[in-house]
Amino acid sequence: MSSQTNFNNFSDTLVSIKNIDKTFNKGSVNEVSLFKGFSLDIINNQFVSVVGSNGSGKTTLLNLICGNMETDTGKIYLKDRNITNLKEHQRAKFIGRVFQDPSKGTCSTLTILENMSLADNKNIGYSLKAGVNKKRKDYYCSQLQLLKLGLENKLDQQVGTLSGGQRQALALLISTMTPIDLLILDEHTAALDPKSSENVMELTDHVIKEKKITTLMVTHNLKYAVKYGDRIIMMHDGKCVIDAAGEKKQTYEISDLLKIFNEISIECGN
Amino acid sequence: MDVLIGILTNIFEEGFIYGIMAMGVYISYKVMDFPDLSVDGTFPLGMCVTASMITAGADPLLACIVAFIAGSLAGCITGILNVKLKITDLLSGILVMTAMWSVNLAITKGSAVLPFYNKSTIFNTGLVQILPESVQKYRVLIVAGLMMLIVKILMDLYLKTKSGLLLRAAGDNPQFVTSMSRNPGVMKIIGLAIGNGCTALAGSILSQQNESANITSGTGMVILSLASVIIGTSIFSKVKFMKATTMAVIGAIIYKMCLVAAMQLGLPTNYLKILMAVIFTVALVSNNFFSKGRRKQNVQPNKL
Repeated sequence: MSSQTNFNNFSDTLVSIKNIDKTFNKGSVNEVSLFKGFSLDIINNQFVSVVGSNGSGKTTLLNLICGNMETDTGKIYLKDRNITNLKEHQRAKFIGRVFQDPSKGTCSTLTILENMSLADNKNIGYSLKAGVNKKRKDYYCSQLQLLKLGLENKLDQQVGTLSGGQRQALALLISTMTPIDLLILDEHTAALDPKSSENVMELTDHVIKEKKITTLMVTHNLKYAVKYGDRIIMMHDGKCVIDAAGEKKQTYEISDLLKIFNEISIECGN
Repeated sequence: MDVLIGILTNIFEEGFIYGIMAMGVYISYKVMDFPDLSVDGTFPLGMCVTASMITAGADPLLACIVAFIAGSLAGCITGILNVKLKITDLLSGILVMTAMWSVNLAITKGSAVLPFYNKSTIFNTGLVQILPESVQKYRVLIVAGLMMLIVKILMDLYLKTKSGLLLRAAGDNPQFVTSMSRNPGVMKIIGLAIGNGCTALAGSILSQQNESANITSGTGMVILSLASVIIGTSIFSKVKFMKATTMAVIGAIIYKMCLVAAMQLGLPTNYLKILMAVIFTVALVSNNFFSKGRRKQNVQPNKL
């Protein structure tokens, strides 16, 4: 338990990734060793943007934190809990996630009301009581009004009929509806048109600030990475090549990031 | 005229009984997106459980309930094979269907046909006895309809509960269930349990109508139930406020009508199975034709 005591020294650390290794296709000719002794700490209420080229390990990092991929070695802590051995659905109690694909965060065949009711019961349980609690309807409406998309008038509409931007906004609302410790944004604006993308991003920033949720956002949009959040990480080959927080982060501009991005790519011969 | 009424009564009797199965298969096939072949084994399971219980002198209604539970357990096994042991959906169904043959023979103590004539069944005991003489000849229709209604109402109510909503979500988007901090695999197993429970219940009721159980009766039940669901849901897909369970029951009645019509037109009984296959093919093809690409890809066995 030495790592546990060590961990307690940083009381404001929320996520602590310690010395993880991850190798894909182990033992085959296609073996790719992505992470070797990778460590990362995220402190409370931090909004971290992660950028990097394809194959740099961004999405793998998210998958390891969320639990739909297992680490080879190393440990992951969330608050004081060691979550390394928890399954994905067990971790989902503390971790909310919005996916790149808008259809993943909501249920297309259920109505908006039913989707929100399900999300509302995440910590209560799914018993044989009525699925939709009519007393909570006003609360759902008030939450939907925050999106400014008029969804509060479409409560009984199937989610499948909504646009990608609307669904993604709803997915954001659903994943933050119950208190969570960490919000994971997995290129959540990448599949949207520029206008919806801006909307969802602004909304995200608003929700995060209002609910004070620690956030880890992976994005290919360098503009968002620079504009939003208070820490930026650029990943390459399973390592952090840039890690700047607070004032140091403010000094980075899109052009700087692009320059480093290109240098790395040339190194790799791309 | 009497002949026509006789035929219609027969269609609705069996339509209601198969409708119970169709509602169950609606859960596994449409809601959970799981083409469940174990139905071919759980239908005679319900029959055999009922026959052996009634022969032993058990209450017929209790036999129905036990048949439902037995079917649910078989459905759980299909689900566990698929979810926990990662066997594909079709193969899990085939495995259970095959195994059920021996299970059914064990229940009937080795006989392929187990008759229980002149024993008490749901069609000649209980409230049926107080029916007036004039409607006695419709007692099968009334009891079967009543059983179908009970199952339908219970299922409609269940699908509106929190658990029911999560079940619907699990078929639609397993990742969403994971995000709700629940195991989507468990929901899949529950769905299959309901599906096979209803199938076994239908088998139980049909055996009580025939007063005998036949372990070969399961052949073609997958096709019959899937065709009922597909016919029902594609015909009424545009109708708002019609419950899917109602569509499944009507689908079963329409299916039965097609079979009876063909028989009345002089089709020999030997060709019944090929006719069933043809009707199913027509239903599938027309369903694809009317709603191109609506049915999504099979849900992968869920990551746990």
